[in-house]
Amino acid sequence: MNQPTGFGLLSGVVFLPIVGALLVALIPKAQVAAIRYAALIASVATFGLSVVLLHGFSSSTFHFQWVEFVPWIARAGIHYRVGVDGFSIWLVLLTTFLSFISVWFSFYIKDRVKEYMLFMLALETAMLGVFVSLDMIVFYTFFEFSLIPMYFLIAIWGGNRRAYASLKFFLFTFAGSIFMLLGMIVLFVLNWRLTGTPSFSILDIQSAVASGKLWAGSPHLEPWVFWAFAVAFLVKCPAFPFHTWLPDAHVEAPTAGSVILAGVLLKMGTYGFLRFCLPLFPDTLPSQVPILMLLAVIGIIYGAVVAAVQPDLKKLVAYSSVAHMGFVMLGIFSLNHAGILGGSFQQLSHGVSTGALFLLVGLIYERRHTREFKDFGGLKAQMPIFAAIFLIIMLSSAGLPGTNGFVGEFLALLGAAETCFNRLYGLDPAFVVIAGGGVILAAVYLLYMFQQVFYGPNTNPDNKRLKDLKPWEVVMAGSLVVLVFWGGLFPNTFIGPMEASATATRLMATLPAGQRPVWSDPSQEVSAAGNQSQLVSLGDGRLGAGAIIATTDVHVVWQEEHPPEEVVNHLGAR
Amino acid sequence: MFDFPVPPVDWLAISPIVIVVVTGMLALFVEMIRPKRNNNGVVGVCLLGLVAAAWAVGVNFGQPEGELLAGMAVRDRFGLVFELLILGATFMCLLFSEGYLREKRIPFGEFYPLVLWSAAGGMVMATTRNLLVVFLGIEVLSIALYVLAGMSRSEERSEESALKYFLLGAFASGFLLYGIAFVFGATGSLHLGSLAAAWTSGEAPTRAMLVFGLALILIGLGFKNAFVPFHQWTPDVYQGAPTNVTAFMAAVSKIAAIAALWRVLEGAQVLSVIWLPALSAVAILTMTVGNLVAIVQKDVKRILAYSSISHAGYVLVGVLAHFKSPGEIGATTVFYYLLSYSLMTIGAFAVVSLAARGGREVTGLASLNGLWKRSPVAAISLLVFVISLIGIPPTAGFIGKFLIFRDALQTGLTPLAIVLAVNSVVSVYYYVGIARAAFVAEEAEEGEGAAMNPALAGTCALCAVGVFAAAFLFEPLVSFMGLR
Repeated sequence: MNQPTGFGLLSGVVFLPIVGALLVALIPKAQVAAIRYAALIASVATFGLSVVLLHGFSSSTFHFQWVEFVPWIARAGIHYRVGVDGFSIWLVLLTTFLSFISVWFSFYIKDRVKEYMLFMLALETAMLGVFVSLDMIVFYTFFEFSLIPMYFLIAIWGGNRRAYASLKFFLFTFAGSIFMLLGMIVLFVLNWRLTGTPSFSILDIQSAVASGKLWAGSPHLEPWVFWAFAVAFLVKCPAFPFHTWLPDAHVEAPTAGSVILAGVLLKMGTYGFLRFCLPLFPDTLPSQVPILMLLAVIGIIYGAVVAAVQPDLKKLVAYSSVAHMGFVMLGIFSLNHAGILGGSFQQLSHGVSTGALFLLVGLIYERRHTREFKDFGGLKAQMPIFAAIFLIIMLSSAGLPGTNGFVGEFLALLGAAETCFNRLYGLDPAFVVIAGGGVILAAVYLLYMFQQVFYGPNTNPDNKRLKDLKPWEVVMAGSLVVLVFWGGLFPNTFIGPMEASATATRLMATLPAGQRPVWSDPSQEVSAAGNQSQLVSLGDGRLGAGAIIATTDVHVVWQEEHPPEEVVNHLGAR
Repeated sequence: MFDFPVPPVDWLAISPIVIVVVTGMLALFVEMIRPKRNNNGVVGVCLLGLVAAAWAVGVNFGQPEGELLAGMAVRDRFGLVFELLILGATFMCLLFSEGYLREKRIPFGEFYPLVLWSAAGGMVMATTRNLLVVFLGIEVLSIALYVLAGMSRSEERSEESALKYFLLGAFASGFLLYGIAFVFGATGSLHLGSLAAAWTSGEAPTRAMLVFGLALILIGLGFKNAFVPFHQWTPDVYQGAPTNVTAFMAAVSKIAAIAALWRVLEGAQVLSVIWLPALSAVAILTMTVGNLVAIVQKDVKRILAYSSISHAGYVLVGVLAHFKSPGEIGATTVFYYLLSYSLMTIGAFAVVSLAARGGREVTGLASLNGLWKRSPVAAISLLVFVISLIGIPPTAGFIGKFLIFRDALQTGLTPLAIVLAVNSVVSVYYYVGIARAAFVAEEAEEGEGAAMNPALAGTCALCAVGVFAAAFLFEPLVSFMGLR
């Protein structure tokens, strides 16, 4: 694992946008069209390359693929190490796709186009880097660096309160993540003392955690370090009570900024849970799960209630993000198969639906320069195509069966129900019942929004001059509609590759020390034989055919009622 | 017949200092015969001299380490590396000075020799374990700086800056000298190496004298380092002095003062039970006060002054981590942090020096407004410096801060690490304010083009590239320096 591989395709995907940005920087400021198309080409090329990644991705293993390793700071154990697994491959695709859509939409930007595109492309590299980093410091590098372009996107091209919103965004995220850096260093020091080799690689750290040795010497540190990570991700998510930066940032950001913010940046938080909080802190996790589930439920209800009283389209969508991300957290911290799959599916579908909603709000804002409900009404007859697309996206956001929103929310709730009704981790069924109410609330505010904008009399004379979507706008929004149905009707396309990673992550979080899967051990594989997911060791170090039986069948998942303790006994008896 | 023993002089060991001093003298001669109204010859001679001195340091890298000149000087990796740092920082400061001095209408040729001599004083501080030589170094460094700070004679602020710096500096020197006298009384030697023996074998009165003397020495050095509560002079002096002098003060005089502090603490390692808690408190105060006060500042030079105070606090955490467990933590962190700090601070002041125009200089935060339009090179470099000052990767500022975090957590200085983390968050507020002014805000008044010149652009670019290069080429850089 530690042989230098040089830079490969994955690095190509990550750094192509910034290379594109350097090329854009060479184009004179006045040639606006050239700058726009150069940026668009860079983002399309990145998306294309990332599809190649997916094509070569094997869904039968939980180990990282497309791994690259380039030495950097040997004496501090920091190396450039990247790779993708079932969770991150989809987030990479989501990022490249939404970045392409955002750059395309940004043709609306008239002011300081060159700087705008530079920041957009730099942001894309930063986001991609977050999802592929396997070294904690490299992860932190991309995680923090994403703040700079996003800050300027809001601060320069934002709305009236942009100065306040951008600073708040920067301060909140930075404050959350600086303690994560301390947490990373603590993990590093503990691992160093244990193994004698400095390493920030999460593969090495996780291997020490899985054997139980890392925390054995200092169990009192585990909750602290866990929360150092968790708070960084809760802020990013954002979960109640750290969500207050989000509505400000969303409302003030330019449309493409909102799309990226909702579509990708928030996922850095939930991805962080999956990548760090679950695998690295298995001993303290049971005692922290109730707190996180509570925050998730509060987020779901609070986000929905506040969304319902907003007078402004964008604010409503922003608060609905808080609620939707609550479902993601709810699923992930159920710590069972359905829940983790649901959470990680929901984060993708939230990226698509909410990204699309912001895009649609942006389209109407570019025409009318207002987002207030009171300025609209009766647009259905005026803009039929727009109304149709809006309806589909809105219903997907509300979780209608047949759309991607349903699959994620349902699986997440299912997972949460399983955990709560078994009263694991001291949870109560009330959690999931209340969270389920959030789905109804979502329908309430989303339908209200749709009604306010599209039904009723079209009285405002400004609205009577409105033109329907242009062809390129239809293509742009339509591509998202395709994804909405694809995710809703063929969820296995997305869930299949995640399965092995979800199983491994769950086992890392729930099995006792010594039996947990290890990323850095290529001879291990997870299997879902029968109803019982378990760890399988492949003696020859290669994947045997059929070593993993991936199961997306909800039926099977539902039957897996054994609480982790029983899994432990079961495995221990062998 | 009285026979005065002349110690053997190892000219090679002191050649970097000698070269810098002699270059200063040469520059004076060039200044006398220069064609009127042009300092280019002087600048050229000075820069060449600095490069030669750096080369001499490089030659010394291969020489055996040890005490020289009867214990007056020392040649070790630490001293050599710090000499190199000082030479590099001085080079950067001189590089952008000429254009600024002309715009400021103070193009005096004496500026350059004075800077060189000041730097020589700093190099002396870094390469001795003799308390009296430390004092000599400080005085050489400071007296030149007193003159430099007041160089803009027509400006009241500059006068005030020089006077304030002189009065408080003299006061601090008094503390230092008084402390040296006490230590001498207790140990019978001016050499720091004799402190440990005197402490272990000494009676209670000797020990008391040692502690008292050491405390006074640390106060004197604390003044030079601008540690809170000895920092009061910093903002006024930094604001009033010509910007290039401020950059020199912020970088070189801080590097030298940290080096001297390091030497003293190294000698006083046995007393660390006593000074470690005290200096930890100083570090916490320095970081916190520096950052909190910076928030309310409206003047860029004052903001950077307070920022340099808080960075001194960060460095102090690194220094303390080393002395908490010297076997585990080397000098690399402190060296690296000072390197990154010098790059970003000198770079930032270089950009700020753009504010000088036709003898006037207004350095309010609003003076940066619209910089992106006036001078993209300066604006982009300033953004790099600000990012690095905040400590956002992948810059040298981040790696430096990361190393301090790591050392602090590794040696159990967790409270200091947490205070540092909180302060990093606080510092975002004012650093982002600078970036906002330069990049977001529109220019208040139209008309004036930037006083950009190739040397200034070169300084900005060098520092900005350096900030990234020091991060990406960390491994070769640190290997070359050869610190532990």
